[in-house]
Order: sequence, then C-alpha cells, then structure tokens
Amino acid sequence: MIESRELTKYYGDFPAIEDVTFTAEPGEVIGFLGPNGAGKTTTMRIITGFTPPTSGTAIVAGHDVQEEPLAARASIGYLPETVPLYTDMTVREYLHYMGGLRGMSGARIRSRVDDVFGLCRLEEYTDSLVSKLSKGYRQRVGIAQAILHEPPVLVLDEPTIGIDPRQVVETRQIIRGLGGDHTVILSTHILPEVSMVCDRVLIIHEGRIVVMDSAERLSARLGGVSRVVMDVRGPRAQIEETLAQVDGVVSVEISDAGGRQQFVVECAPGRDLRVDLARRVAEHGWGLVELRAVGLSLEEIFLRLTTEDEVSAA
Amino acid sequence: MSVRTVRTIWLRELRSYANSPNAWVIAAIFLGLSGLSFALSVTGRYPEATIRGFLFGPIGPIGAFFLTILLAPALTMRLLAEEQKLGTIELLLTAPVRDIEIVLGKYLAALSILSSMYALTLYFPLLLFAFGNPDVTPLLTGYLVLFLVGAVAVAVGLLGSALTANQIVAAITSLAILLVLWLFNATAALGSPDDAWTDVVTFLALSEHIRDMAFGVFDTRDIIYFLSLIVFFLFLTVRAVETRRWR
Ligand SMILES: Nc1ncnc2c1ncn2[C@@H]1O[C@H](COP(=O)(O)OP(=O)(O)OP(=O)(O)O)[C@@H](O)[C@H]1O
Ligand SMILES: [Mg+2]
Repeated sequence: MIESRELTKYYGDFPAIEDVTFTAEPGEVIGFLGPNGAGKTTTMRIITGFTPPTSGTAIVAGHDVQEEPLAARASIGYLPETVPLYTDMTVREYLHYMGGLRGMSGARIRSRVDDVFGLCRLEEYTDSLVSKLSKGYRQRVGIAQAILHEPPVLVLDEPTIGIDPRQVVETRQIIRGLGGDHTVILSTHILPEVSMVCDRVLIIHEGRIVVMDSAERLSARLGGVSRVVMDVRGPRAQIEETLAQVDGVVSVEISDAGGRQQFVVECAPGRDLRVDLARRVAEHGWGLVELRAVGLSLEEIFLRLTTEDEVSAA
Repeated sequence: MSVRTVRTIWLRELRSYANSPNAWVIAAIFLGLSGLSFALSVTGRYPEATIRGFLFGPIGPIGAFFLTILLAPALTMRLLAEEQKLGTIELLLTAPVRDIEIVLGKYLAALSILSSMYALTLYFPLLLFAFGNPDVTPLLTGYLVLFLVGAVAVAVGLLGSALTANQIVAAITSLAILLVLWLFNATAALGSPDDAWTDVVTFLALSEHIRDMAFGVFDTRDIIYFLSLIVFFLFLTVRAVETRRWR
C-alpha cells in the first residue's frame, strides 16, 4: 500500500533522511519512532507529496508520488505535525472545505462530516470557531479532516502530542480502530504508544532506519525490567558487593540522592530480578526501604539500539 | 484543470474576505477617495461630463487607477502568505489539487472583490447621464481599462503573497513591482526621444496603455498587453507556489 524506496532528502548539504526503505501492507499500522530531528516529519512530507525527495521513490496505493501526484495524494489522509487550521472557520465549515478540496460530492461531504463528528467525538463543537478550540480538540479536527474522505492511507505526524491523558487514550482507540480499513503511518516519541497502537515499528535515528520490527518483538527485546532502584539501609560496600553477585546483574551504582543510600542495579535485558534482589537483602537482614523498577528513557533505548546495531554489524 | 476545485477555493476566499474587516476598510477608502475625485472633477471651474476625474484624479494622482495600485496589494497580501504562516499550505499542497487551481481560485476571489468595488462606483456615470450628456464610448472603455489594471494589480499582489509568509513584506513587494510598472515611462526622459530604451519602457509602462482607452480609443494591442501581463504574473505565482515545496 505504501512503498518507500531509498528515499533521501538533503537540505543543502545536510542529509535529513538517507536511504529510507520500507513497505506497509494494506491494513497495517506502522509506527515511526525517533528522537527530535530524526527525520520522521521529513519522511512523511515526502510520502504525502508536500516536499520532493532528493532521490528515491515513494509509491502510495500504486501511484508514484512524483509521477502521478494527484492520484497519490487523493489516496492519503494527512495530519501534519502542527495541525494547521483556518482559524476564521467553524469546524463544520472547515471540514466542508477540506471535503471540497478532495473532490467529494456535496451529499457525501454532509454524511461523512456527521460520521467523523461522531468518530472523533466532536459533536459539541461542530459550530465552534476553530480558533476557539483547545489544543486537543484542534488535534481531533485534524484527525477528522484526515479521515473525512475515507482514504486508504493515513499519515499521522505525532497524533497524540499536546493532548491530555484521557484524550490520548481516546485518540489511540480511534487510530487503532482505523487500522484494518486503512494503512496507517504514525510518528511518535512515546515508546509504549507504539506497542499499544502499531503492528510494526520503524526506528529512525539521524535520518536512517536503525530497526524495523514487529511491535511485540521489539518490546520483548527491550522489555521486562532492566533497571531497579533500591533504597537499602546497611553497610554500603557489602550491600553493593552482594547485589552485584546476583545472577543477571550487569552493574551496580550508588547514588546518594536526597541523603538516601540508593543502589541503581542494571539488569540483563529482558530479566526481572526484583524478587531475587529483595530476597538477598532480606537474607542479610538489611532494611529494604524501597524497591522499584525504572524503564529506559527513549534516548537510552536509541543509544542501546544504535550501539547494538553497530556491534552486530561489526 | 478542475473548475470545481477552483470554485471551492474561490468561495472560501470570498467568505474569508466578507468576514474580515480588511476588505471592508479597503472598499471604504477606495469609494471615499474616488468619490471625492469624481465630485471635484464635475464641480470644478470647468466641469466636464466624463469619468476622467474619477479615473485619474483631479488633484495629484489620487484617481481610481492609482488607488487600485495602492490598495490591491493590501487586498491580496493575505491570500498565500497567511497559508504559509499558519502552515495550512501543507494541507492545501497535499490535497489532490493542482497548484494552478489554488492560484486561480485565490486570484478570482480578489478580483471579484475589486470588481465589486468598481461596480459600486457605477453611480458616477449614472449621475453624468442624469445631469449632462456624456459620451458613451469613453465610459465603456474607461471602465474596461480600469478593470484590466485591477486584474494586473491583483495578479502582481498574489505573486507578492506567494513569495513570503509575511503579509507586510508581501504587500510592499507587490506595491514596488506595481509602482515600477506604473512609472516605467518616466525613465524614458533619461534617453533621447528615438532611443530603443524609450521605445521599450514606453511599451512596458502601465500608464502608456491606459491613456488611450481612458479617453475612449479602443486598441486591441492594449488589451493584449494587459492580458499578457496577467498571464505572466499568474505564471510566476504558480512557479512560486511550486518552489514553496522545496523550501
Ligand atoms: N525545511 C528544512 N530546512 C532545513 N532543514 C530541515 C528542514 N526541515 C527539517 N530539517 C532538518 O532535517 C532533520 C529532520 O527533521 P524532521 O523534522 O524530519 O525530524 P523529526 O523526526 O520529525 O523530529 P521531531 O521529533 O522533532 O518532529 C532535522 O535535523 C531538521 O533540522
Ligand atoms: Mg517531526
């Protein structure tokens, strides 16, 4: 449904993306994950035909974005990063206008506008001026215009950014519900979001795809507990040594944040050592004040994946 | 090209004009000042039953032609600059719409507003008929050439608006282009009368092609001149929108 072949885009001498190649099957939800400046937006702008690639091709629903731009664009619904809306229109007027631009008939626009009001829970705001909406509702209007013409392909650039947690959950449900009928590409910084919403994950780092995997396998690879923070009362050096001897522990560091004696225990990937660690502390009769698992930050994951990649490539 | 898409964009822009004070203020200034020009020209010491005073202005250059050149950039500056500023251009350029359809829709919207302003001055010739015995031909060719100057001014204004995301910069750019077009023939004074330069600038200057028609002389070469300018500036605007994709 979407085929991207060796897409490369230079801004001057600077490569925003290089050799981005992937395919998306009909009905698949693909997540682009990457830190700021990775090239997610650039890739999406090429696929939607907003900006031409320096080299490479993108084919959407069988149409080359460069060769048959109108046919390719007609099969895409796009939510740009900064949801751009005409502030002087009401939500309804805006959707009617977008429908008109997509060449929908008047009758079809009317019935679809009512549908998307329901789907995106916009019923109460149909006749509000766009400029009066909150960020989260603007985001919904953005999604509403993207799905209005029932395109086979949806490109959503950070669809859940800037909206409150309850709306995030609803928005994810909407997107999840769209997969199946639509092929969806979405971008995000939020790791759990990809595993919740996407079938497949594409990790982009510095303009290149570093990992392409199914969401389950990726979370298995990164999953489980990999770092445990323990607040233990007792002899410092002895505790450190004992914890380091537990099977599966990679390293132990001590931090004295807030005047407390905290041990940061790095575990082997995919292993949950919390029970083992707690038992060992109890055996020695030390006071275990706190024990909690901490996830990896996105930056650490990229670091891990990119270095892991370099190791396996070497 | 899809007429429906052009119409969709045209209608949106018309509504946007109607909802913003901008167009109303511009119309008020135009109608006020051109009305004053007309009033002065028909009540002066040597009143004449023509619209020449309305077109050229009895005092200084403040007639309908010059007002058009001053006000058209203010009318058009929003059209494409705002889309770039708000980022709505991203959705417009990723919709299944040709660049030329976008340009034409917006062009026709601004031209419609300007034409409505001209239409509201039609009571000047009616007054001439009521109180005098005017010549009909200069009235017809006068309004025709006014419309053509307006059509050129709006095309230049749209080009300025395509070049930048800043409305003020857009207005100043298009005003500069229009003033150069308007005053081009003044540079003829720099050369000798039968210089090639004189011929070129005289041919290109807007004001040279206005005079005959404003006085009732119809010449198809003037019409072709205006139409070429319109096509030329609209073509440049389409190219400017295209290059917007590379930025
Ligand atoms: N119009 C432009 N001109 C010059 N450089 C650009 C332009 N657009 C993007 N870039 C550069 O290309 C790189 C990729 O940017 P892009 O917007 O695709 O990143 P992103 O993955 O979407 O980041 P974010 O998560 O912050 O949205 C960045 O280094 C950015 O500075
Ligand atoms: Mg981005």
